[in-house]
Amino acid sequence: MEEAATPLLVCSDIRKTYGDLVAVDDVSFHILPGETYGLLGPNGAGKTTTINIIAGILDADGGEVRVAGQPMNPRATRAKAAVGYVPQDIALYPDLTASENLVFFGRLVGLSGTTLKERTREILELTGLTSRAEDRTATFSGGMKRRLNIGIGLIHSPQLLILDEPTVGVDPQSRNAILESVDAMANNGMAVLYTTHYMEEAERLCDRIGIIDDGKIVAEGTQRELVEKLGGHDKLHIGITGHGQPAVNATAMLDCVIRVSLGDAAMELIVSDARSSLAEIVNTIVETGAEITGIEIEEPNLEAVFLHLTGKALRD
Amino acid sequence: MPAVLIALKDLRLRLRDKSAVTLGLIAPLGLAIIFSLIIPDVSAGEFTMELGVVGIEQSDLGGVFESEVIDDLDRSLFAVTEFDTEGNAQKAVDRLDVFAVIVFPPDIDAAVAAGGGEIQVITTNEAPISGEIALSIARQFAGDVSGVQLSVATALFAGGTDVEALAARTVATPLRLEVVDLETGDRQLDISTFFAAGMAVFFLFFTVQFGVSGLIQERTDGTLPRLLAAPIHPASIIAGKGLAAFALGVISMAVLISATSWQIGARWGNPVGVGMLVVAGVASAIGIMAVIATLARTAEQASNIQSVVAVVLGLLGGSFFPVSQGPAILSKLSLATPHAWFLRGLGDLAGGAGPAAAVPSTIALLGFAVATGVVAALRMRSMVRL
Ligand SMILES: Nc1ncnc2c1ncn2[C@@H]1O[C@H](COP(=O)(O)OP(=O)(O)O)[C@@H](O)[C@H]1O
Ligand SMILES: [Mg+2]
Repeated sequence: MEEAATPLLVCSDIRKTYGDLVAVDDVSFHILPGETYGLLGPNGAGKTTTINIIAGILDADGGEVRVAGQPMNPRATRAKAAVGYVPQDIALYPDLTASENLVFFGRLVGLSGTTLKERTREILELTGLTSRAEDRTATFSGGMKRRLNIGIGLIHSPQLLILDEPTVGVDPQSRNAILESVDAMANNGMAVLYTTHYMEEAERLCDRIGIIDDGKIVAEGTQRELVEKLGGHDKLHIGITGHGQPAVNATAMLDCVIRVSLGDAAMELIVSDARSSLAEIVNTIVETGAEITGIEIEEPNLEAVFLHLTGKALRD
Repeated sequence: MPAVLIALKDLRLRLRDKSAVTLGLIAPLGLAIIFSLIIPDVSAGEFTMELGVVGIEQSDLGGVFESEVIDDLDRSLFAVTEFDTEGNAQKAVDRLDVFAVIVFPPDIDAAVAAGGGEIQVITTNEAPISGEIALSIARQFAGDVSGVQLSVATALFAGGTDVEALAARTVATPLRLEVVDLETGDRQLDISTFFAAGMAVFFLFFTVQFGVSGLIQERTDGTLPRLLAAPIHPASIIAGKGLAAFALGVISMAVLISATSWQIGARWGNPVGVGMLVVAGVASAIGIMAVIATLARTAEQASNIQSVVAVVLGLLGGSFFPVSQGPAILSKLSLATPHAWFLRGLGDLAGGAGPAAAVPSTIALLGFAVATGVVAALRMRSMVRL
């Protein structure tokens, strides 16, 4: 059954350049109804630019986006009506109350009368803001603003919900609430496009994940499929003190080391077989004068996949 | 109508944000009232300019003045008294029986024939506006008659006559003033109306600025992407901003016109004509402010430039003092401002003229609006993108 479903969103070779910079480099993917798709990539990877093209906010330089069968562009009102868009930055009128914000954006997407009233009430409830409905959003905490920011994108029960890094700058408690509600909405049959640079969020929420770097989708699949791309490789996390760069350079020369990157007082290595190569790696590091503070062999995860594919850590 | 939705939302925000109400209503109304209060010859909402004249029967030039100027003065605004000597006229000014006197000396005809000659204007500090008006009338007349010099003598009320001070205030006015059409000059706009209209049009530019800068505000609030993602045409965002600015401008003008009519006895003239001028004036203000908004990077920068432009245009356009009394160059320059055309249009309406009298000024204002509006609309298209 799943195979037969027509995709709700289809992106084909979308492209956006800013001068010499290729912000989005021929990105193609699709999302099925009810599916949660994650775009996982570090800051500056091109997630927001991709999303803005899909939401019809930005004109692409090439390629095509179709939402619910309709071509999307900045003037495509039919396609836009199917989309609920939650921008990365809070987009609320600080001098309007929570319900005024909801009613304004609700009217803008074409709701009116009892439907609008009912939806406003439901969203306030969903976001836990019923008691603060008549307060100006300027008086809200960061977490409350984030919740309302998402709620506005849901006001017209869109077929496709687009969330751009909705948990950035949010306290852990609110973050959890956001993740839970996204999960709930996906279970209600809504298609969700979710961008993040947090591996755990992508792992937890997304049915399928596209790993994006430098404007390109470098790998795509379910979490399991992506981890299998590691091909049985292991990830080592080695804490060090002292200068790390000589240690990185030295270990990179070893046959058993596939990728290595230097983080904050730690090295991350993708190795063919951790157990048999560990002694050689440790010796090499110690010889460069660095001191090892700890060693962990990690479960293969998306972070390891990203490192394997790009030679970079997901977070700097 | 998404544009209407956006405009209504903006109006609500502007009403909540007290600065729009302050600049749109309280400041202009307050200043108009204060200005009209410091004018002593305004009483019970009725302004009558008590003007004295000396020597108009005794000279040919005086006769011309009588037939060409005095007889044409609006009798509801001016009361003219003749005095036989300058001394008697001076005493009448001291008693404030009249507020200013225009004096034709006995030898004026001969002096003019010889290429000189002076008309004197006696004014008092107690009635400065009336003095200005008498000066303006005399200057305009003097401008007509080549070679006539004008001198001013200000009687110091209650201070006796200080001859030196008097001499110091006697000025020989250069005779390069253009003759302004006495039928439709500021002369016919009474002082309360002048200040009410001047303040209203001056602050109008600040009021519409709130509407126009709304687009930059959407950007800083982060709400622009959300508007762009909504299923509406991007042009309706611009239309919404224009509509909000227009509504703010018209509402504040309407309130000011009613309030100043009732509070300080301003007489704005034929309602249809005034309506035309208000609509065209608001449109021109929006156009100019919108062009500036497209040049600025931030809302703050926009508002700074807009304020400077609003003040310069207001001063130049005669919002605070009648420019036609200044040098000719200023009077010409003022025509580059909507303010001057708005005030001129009201002047044309004064004295009970029908709406047709306001048509030339309305067309000029619409000219400003269309020229700047087209530029702004073209430039704004790039502002409703990310
Ligand atoms: N308006 C713009 N002008 C120039 N460069 C831009 C613009 N928007 C984004 N970029 C660049 O495009 C790249 C991708 O940005 P973005 O899509 O915001 O990444 P992400 O959302 O993944 O952090 C970055 O290098 C960014 O600097
Ligand atoms: Mg981003």
